[in-house]
Amino acid sequence: MKILVAIKQVPERDAQIRVAADGKWIDEDDLSYTINEPDAYALEEALQLKEKNGGEVVVVCAGPERVTSTLREALAKGADRAIHIEADDLGERDTLGIAQMLADAMKGEAADLILTGLQSDDLGLGQTGVVLAELLGIPHATIIMQVEKTDSGLRVKRELEDGWFQHVEMPLPALLTIQSGGNKLRYATLMGIKKAKTKETATVTASAAGAKAVSLEKVYLPEKQKKTEMLTGTPAEIATQLVEKLKFEVRVL
Amino acid sequence: MSGVLVVMEQRAGVLNRMSLEALAAGQQLAAKVGGGCVAAVVSEAGGLKVAGVEKVYSVEHALLKDYTSDGYVDALEQLVKKVQPSYVLFPHTYQVRDFAPALATRFMQVLISDATAIHDGPVFVRQLLQGKLNADYKQTGDGPCFVSVQAGSFRADAEAGADAAVEVFTPELNAGMIRNKPGEPFRESAQTVDLSAAPVIVSVGRGIGEESNISIVEELATALGAEMAASRPICDNGWLPMERQVGSSGQTVSPKLYLAVGISGAIQHLVGMKGSKAVIAINKDENAPIFEVADYGVVGDLFEIVPALTKAVLAAKS
Ligand SMILES: Cc1cc2nc3c(=O)[nH]c(=O)nc-3n(C[C@H](O)[C@H](O)[C@H](O)COP(=O)(O)OP(=O)(O)OC[C@H]3O[C@@H](n4cnc5c(N)ncnc54)[C@H](O)[C@@H]3O)c2cc1C
Repeated sequence: MKILVAIKQVPERDAQIRVAADGKWIDEDDLSYTINEPDAYALEEALQLKEKNGGEVVVVCAGPERVTSTLREALAKGADRAIHIEADDLGERDTLGIAQMLADAMKGEAADLILTGLQSDDLGLGQTGVVLAELLGIPHATIIMQVEKTDSGLRVKRELEDGWFQHVEMPLPALLTIQSGGNKLRYATLMGIKKAKTKETATVTASAAGAKAVSLEKVYLPEKQKKTEMLTGTPAEIATQLVEKLKFEVRVL
Repeated sequence: MSGVLVVMEQRAGVLNRMSLEALAAGQQLAAKVGGGCVAAVVSEAGGLKVAGVEKVYSVEHALLKDYTSDGYVDALEQLVKKVQPSYVLFPHTYQVRDFAPALATRFMQVLISDATAIHDGPVFVRQLLQGKLNADYKQTGDGPCFVSVQAGSFRADAEAGADAAVEVFTPELNAGMIRNKPGEPFRESAQTVDLSAAPVIVSVGRGIGEESNISIVEELATALGAEMAASRPICDNGWLPMERQVGSSGQTVSPKLYLAVGISGAIQHLVGMKGSKAVIAINKDENAPIFEVADYGVVGDLFEIVPALTKAVLAAKS
């Protein structure tokens, strides 16, 4: 089974976020980046499917030069090959533009299965995978926890709301968006890191950005709606104040 | 093209709460952009009543009995082409996440997903970076504009008025184009922990760092006589069992006190605990969205605050 995994590089979770001077995105200057968490689970699922069924895992990432570090990490974890779609202007493209870029890079690969994370930690639109499937004309399923290869295609476990699940059977080729937590993530081994150096990363140039259907006009800190009483002082002082609240306001002590 | 079409979601003949909220958002939007507000409900055989709109399209077909993305996208593409609305609104449910982006693609548009507010323009507000920032989005294309709205962002109208006139819409579908075969929904196993009845809950998030640190939060829970709960990453890692997860894919709780330790407050967590009578949040990031729902907040290192609080609680009890 040939599996493509679309991964995205996003700001590190604990990064101090500042709005950029033009108010249109965040200040990227001294941000550190990492793989989008659900994408890490998508990669893990791909690697496990390959271990069970054989085949090849190819990771694909669009973005500027810096995203190659995320591709290298994926190679070190066990992906066989990487495709870097070089584009410095992701902000100038909407979901359809990004998905089109991925579709162009993936078409020639004739993959059996395409995996992505269910949404990104930064934009959180949760659509790239579904739009990509639509552009490629293949079936999709979202928020997937488990994937099983069957004689006729796939049997996947979809998460529904409130602790419900559902199995879905689907033919190949197909696209799945993967939810966090279905598998345990592996770390890159020293051996893996060494091997990654010999693996191929193909660089393709993205076609020029087209017109956007939607645009992000402005980013800003949310205005606080609720009056939260902030407690300050040393830890012991804060604890004393909290106990007062628990006794006399919340009444649970 | 004019007006607003709200696509509502039913399960077993009942509209869900988020659909009513989406309808409220649709009415609000229609008041801004004009052209009126109509609704649509997709089902096998119709029979659902919707109030507070001019008209409801009952999209009916035997192939729409069980949800499939292929069936819904094809059926709704036909409906949107017929109704020609300027805006198509959805509740941001798991089902909508599964098909609405593909539906928008059919029109070469992009869904503005998970909107929390609608301002004049119209401008659609949505969260970035799991709620750390807000962003304003505008449609720049010239097809219908597709928008899904976040749970709890719009107030569903209690007095909706008279039932709307129903127009049955029968899309042309054939079984051959539905590629996925969905199975029956199921629950994993009988839940042994019912957090919905717990009066006091201490909940731990990824700020705890490592599994071995969870004991300091457990000590606080024991001192308070509280149940332990957690955010999703804690359960994903297997540090606490799945059945202690609070949020859209876990349990919904409404205790007297919800004490959130090292939880950022992503919307999927908040929907599970917003109904708590009192919320205390301990987080080192003063901009963490959890403070938006907290009555009392402490900006600080949980490794200093939590042990001090445990000590103070034990002292107060003895
Ligand atoms: C479809 C879907 C369903 C989901 N369902 C759920 C669900 O049911 N429940 C759920 O919880 N999530 C759910 N999620 C995940 C959700 O989006 C968030 O990723 C998750 O809630 C984040 O958990 P967290 O707050 O513990 O972690 P993080 O967001 O990583 O936050 C950790 C927090 O700890 C703070 N912190 C770090 N160190 C310290 C310290 N020393 N002292 C004090 N504070 C510290 C940080 O400032 C940060 O705010 C779902 C996501 C999706 C896409």
